[in-house]
Amino acid sequence: MSYLKEFFSLAVLGVLIENFVLVKFYGICPFLGVSKKTDTALGMGMAVTFVMVLASLLTWLVQRYILIPLNVEYLQTISFILLIAALVQFVEMVVAKLVPSLYSALGIYLPLITTNCAVLGVTLINVQREYTLFQTLSFSFWSAMGFTLAIFLFAGVRERLETSNIPKYLKGFPIALITAGLIAMAFLGFQGLSF
Amino acid sequence: MLEQILYPALSIGAIGLFFGAVLAFASIIFKVEKDERIDKIAEILPGANCGGCGFAGCSAFAQAIVEDGAPVTSCNLMTAEKAQQIADIMGVEAGEVVKKFAAIHCNGSCDKCSEKCEIFGIDDCITAASLGTGPKSCEYGCMGLGSCVKVCSEDAITIENSVAVIDKEKCIGCGKCANICPKNLIEMVPQKRTAIVKCASKDKGVVVKAYCDAGCIGCKICEKKCPKEGIKVIDNLAVIDYEKCVGCGICAKECPKNVIEIIK
Repeated sequence: MSYLKEFFSLAVLGVLIENFVLVKFYGICPFLGVSKKTDTALGMGMAVTFVMVLASLLTWLVQRYILIPLNVEYLQTISFILLIAALVQFVEMVVAKLVPSLYSALGIYLPLITTNCAVLGVTLINVQREYTLFQTLSFSFWSAMGFTLAIFLFAGVRERLETSNIPKYLKGFPIALITAGLIAMAFLGFQGLSF
Repeated sequence: MLEQILYPALSIGAIGLFFGAVLAFASIIFKVEKDERIDKIAEILPGANCGGCGFAGCSAFAQAIVEDGAPVTSCNLMTAEKAQQIADIMGVEAGEVVKKFAAIHCNGSCDKCSEKCEIFGIDDCITAASLGTGPKSCEYGCMGLGSCVKVCSEDAITIENSVAVIDKEKCIGCGKCANICPKNLIEMVPQKRTAIVKCASKDKGVVVKAYCDAGCIGCKICEKKCPKEGIKVIDNLAVIDYEKCVGCGICAKECPKNVIEIIK
C-alpha cells in the first residue's frame, strides 16, 4: 500500500510540482524543436520516457554498485553522461530498426536526447535525493510523463497558432516562446501542492 | 594514494569499455539494410527540395525512384546528363529530358489594360479570381497580386506594373507557379530560343481592343508569316508550337500589337 501511495505522490511531484520543462526548465531544446505537431511530440515524449527510465535504472545500479563501493561518487556526472550517451545511441539503433516511421519523424532530434539535460537531470536528482530503486524508477517515469505532457500541450497550442492571425514580427519562435512562458506561469500554480 | 587515482580511472574506463562493446554488438544486430542506390541518387538530384516532382523532397523522390520506379523526368530540374547518371545507377533507359522554364502569357500592365473594379485588402490571386474574375477588365489577364511570387523559391518572379514578370535566368523550372496561377497564365516551355505569346485572352479582337492595348486580337498575321508553320490561332488567340518554333522573330516583328516576344 505504501508503494502505491509513494508512486502517486511521486506522480504529482514529477508531473505537476516539478515539471521538468515548465518549472525546472530542463530539456527546452526538444521542447521547442519537436513540438510542431502533436504526434511527433508524443513520439518524442515516448522516446524520452523510455530513455529516462532506462537511464535512471542503469545510473542507479552504477551509483550503487560501482561508484559508492569504490568511494568515487564525484564521478557521477561524467559517468552518467557516458552512460546516457551510449544508451541513446543504442535506442536510436533499436528505433531505426524496429520503428522506421518514428525514426524518420524524430529525425535529428533523437541524438538530441544524448545531450539532453532532462535525462541527466533526472538521474542526478535521483542520486542526490538518495531515492530507492522503486522511487528512482517511479520518479523518472513520472518526470518523463511531465515532459511528455508539457511538450504535448505545447504542440497542441502551436498547431492552433499555425492557423491563427499573428502579427508578423511575432510569427514562429517569438510567439512560441511567449506561449511557453505563459504555460510555465500556469504551472507555477502547482508549487503550493506538497506531500 | 594509488587507490585515489586507480579506482576512478578503472571504473570510468570499465564503464566506457562495456558500453562501447554493447554498442558495437548492437550496431551489428540492429543494422538497417538500406538500398545504397537511394543515397547515390539523392546526391545526384538537385537537392533544392522544391517538391515539384510531387514527393516530399529530393530524398523522398530518390527513394521513390529506387523502390517504386518513379520516372526520373518527374523532376523539373533534371538535366539529360544527370538523368543518364541515375539511369546508370538503376540500370534502365533514361528517357528524354527537356529542361523547361516558366513563361507568362500576359503583358497587360496597368497602363495597357483597364480595370473594371478595385479590390481592397486581398493579396492573393486565387481569392481575387473568385470575386467576379478579379479586378482587371480582361478576365484572362494577370491580376498582379503575386501568388506566384510567394510560391517561388528562387525569387525569380516580380510584379512590374501589376503583371508578373519571370526572370528566366533565375527560374529553375520547378513549375510551382504554373500550378498556383488561378488564370493558368504560366506555362512551362522548353528552354530554348522561342517565341512566347504574351496574351491569354480568348475574346474576339474587337472586345480585346476595348479593354487592352497589349492583347492578341486574333488577326492571324503571325500564322501566315511563320516560315515553320509554328503558330496557330485557336479561339482568337495565337498559340505557339514550341516543337516547331526556332525563334526566328518574324512573328514578333509582324505582330501589330507586339504581343509576341522572343525569349533567348
